[in-house]
Amino acid sequence: MIKNIGQKIYAWVDERFELSPILKFMSEKNVPVHRHTAWYYMGGVTLFLFITQVVTGILLLFYYRPGADSAYESMRFILTEVNFGWLIRSIHSWSANLMVFFVFVHMFSTFFTRSYKKPRELTWLTGFVLLALSLGFGFSGYLLPWNELAFFATKVGTDIVGVIPVIGKPIMAVLRGGEDVTGATLTRFYAFHVAMLPAIFTVILFVHVLFVQKQGMSEPEGFSKNKKTMPFFPDFFLRDALLWMIVLNVLLFLAVFYPWDLGFKADPFSPAPAGILPEWYFIFMFQTLKMIPAHVLFIEGEVLGILSFLVAGLAWALVPFWELKSKRKGFSNPMNIIGIIALVYIIIMTIIGYTS
Amino acid sequence: MKILLFISIIFTGMLLYPGTTFIRAEITDQLIAEDNCVSCHMEMEILPVDFQKYDIHLQLGLSCAGCHGGDPSSDDPEESMDPKKGFIGKPALKDIPQFCGKCHSNIDFMRTYQPRIATDQVQQYYTSIHGKKLKSGDTKVAECVSCHTAHAIPSGKDGRSTVYPLNIPSMCNKCHGDSEHMQGYKIPTDQYEKYAQSVHGLNLLENKDLGSPACNDCHGNHGATPPGIESVSHVCGGCHVNNLEYFKESPMAKPYVELEIHACEQCHGYHKVGKTSDGMIGVGEESVCTECHTSGDAGYEAAEKIYTSLSNFVSIYDSAETKLKEVQRKGMDDVDILFLLKEAHQVLVHTRTLTHSFTPNKVEEKTQEGIEKSKQAIEKAGLEISDYYFRRRGFGIATLFITVLVIALFFRIRSMDKEKK
Repeated sequence: MIKNIGQKIYAWVDERFELSPILKFMSEKNVPVHRHTAWYYMGGVTLFLFITQVVTGILLLFYYRPGADSAYESMRFILTEVNFGWLIRSIHSWSANLMVFFVFVHMFSTFFTRSYKKPRELTWLTGFVLLALSLGFGFSGYLLPWNELAFFATKVGTDIVGVIPVIGKPIMAVLRGGEDVTGATLTRFYAFHVAMLPAIFTVILFVHVLFVQKQGMSEPEGFSKNKKTMPFFPDFFLRDALLWMIVLNVLLFLAVFYPWDLGFKADPFSPAPAGILPEWYFIFMFQTLKMIPAHVLFIEGEVLGILSFLVAGLAWALVPFWELKSKRKGFSNPMNIIGIIALVYIIIMTIIGYTS
Repeated sequence: MKILLFISIIFTGMLLYPGTTFIRAEITDQLIAEDNCVSCHMEMEILPVDFQKYDIHLQLGLSCAGCHGGDPSSDDPEESMDPKKGFIGKPALKDIPQFCGKCHSNIDFMRTYQPRIATDQVQQYYTSIHGKKLKSGDTKVAECVSCHTAHAIPSGKDGRSTVYPLNIPSMCNKCHGDSEHMQGYKIPTDQYEKYAQSVHGLNLLENKDLGSPACNDCHGNHGATPPGIESVSHVCGGCHVNNLEYFKESPMAKPYVELEIHACEQCHGYHKVGKTSDGMIGVGEESVCTECHTSGDAGYEAAEKIYTSLSNFVSIYDSAETKLKEVQRKGMDDVDILFLLKEAHQVLVHTRTLTHSFTPNKVEEKTQEGIEKSKQAIEKAGLEISDYYFRRRGFGIATLFITVLVIALFFRIRSMDKEKK
């Protein structure tokens, strides 16, 4: 009976929108099986965490009120009065951090497996834009509770932007909505976080996933010799679902046992408390800027640091177009060396940032 | 070269010293350079070492001649210390109050230095025991110099001053603790030892709390006099305002005056005023009520009732605090509980003050207010603690559910793989 109704509905929709080619495509879609297949799941986990962000973010929007006089208070209300408000907020915060973590894992796995190569240059490029947008999500969302740590971290963060020659100051003014970090900055960051960034992110994400679907999964070199695949439906899909559930369980564990702290309300007139640090994924940049001398030759240390990061970021985004070709494998491959240097640099600087 | 050195010294000085210090130092240096009294007496080494760094008078442009008269512009001792030129020299002890009062009692003169400065010190002094005795010819008593020193007198706000609050007890003790000096006055000489052990003394001398009273805060400074029977309560009530108000309205006030009992002192002592405890009221071992009241009388019964109400409140308040600690230990939200306990603590302070009304009903009424707040805090804490366990149970159930799904999915994938093989 139910099956009959289902078939009728499908036939009705299919007649109008021609679903059959899509279903045919999906059923014929295969995923390569080799020793690096595990990395294929990283994008899926990131997508799952993004969906979690959207759902919990919408739930938080029901009660969150932006503004210097209401943001912290509404967060307090969410945490103390709203049913399961603490859980939703904690999941949102933890999932944001895990999402950035998995974006990095996904990016480095793509880099080391050379999946960015022709014809997937634009997939890599859209992925890089998604990484930048994720960091933007993190930076803008950090300020929204309007607590002491977030306030001063945003002050420091936007100060750094202001150092960029020529365009730095105008960008800083646009970000802050004035000269200083105030309630105007908060409403601005709120607009970035809940409207602008999600809109852009969703479009780029759609394009990114579309590219992956259209071109299929990248196969490692020499794969064609001993080709082994598994169907996307149901084999890969079920494995993906399994991993998503494990990640959900980890998220719940973190949210319950390590709930995210709200801290003290931001007071623009109080001195900055000791130990102000940005989010962990910005620490390597922050620490680098701290370690560069005040002046390097004729250029200011901070300016040099920021320009170096901009150049490095641009070079990283354009990797598919300048890749150093080599048939060497492992540590002797120049691209592997570049990737390892970048990864080790990020890890070491982050450790120094937390321990110094 | 020398000019360069001179300029660099001046500039270094300007950088190192804040504005007022610099201006004062400039005045002092100029005075010392031009004033023959200072330069000559310094040479003879009969002035205190570094007295120009201490003395407020010198720093404000008043040199030796300002007090002792004479002509400081002359370097001839006979001319500069000529009585015809107003030279007074060293004043007799009995004349010191007038000697200082020449300026300090002149409001027009003193106003030029400090618009709000008091100028009634000499007038007050002659109302004090010290002043009265000095007038009658007893030169052993304290006059201005005894407390403020003669030369090198810093401002009273200066920590080096003998009359800086932290230094007052030891300054008074110089005479009052000297049994030989005090011989004949028939007053004890152990005030300092007692005071140093008191709640006031510990706060001032050990915790450096300048808000805590020193000798002068109870006895007066220039008009120093021992408080009388009625004035004792006013002395304590100067700071402990509410305690005095409740006491004055209490049934104890009248009999105290009639029986000539010092109000506060009777229970709390004087000089060695101890830290109070709830046990002081009631009929227990620490009780001060039982010193006068015995079982069966109305006062005994009232003390018992007040103690019961108070200790009941304190025990509920303590339970609320224990619960709060548990909530904090579990990392749950404690803000509302903290607010409630703050209010309850305020009520507790008020209740302890209200015990001075010696009226059980009033105390009981107040404790109910505090008990209510404490119970609300306990209830809120209970909710937070149960929420803590609820969260863990909820997580346990969710994990179980997800884990079952994960296992089921795992076996499904495995069986699919086997089927394919």
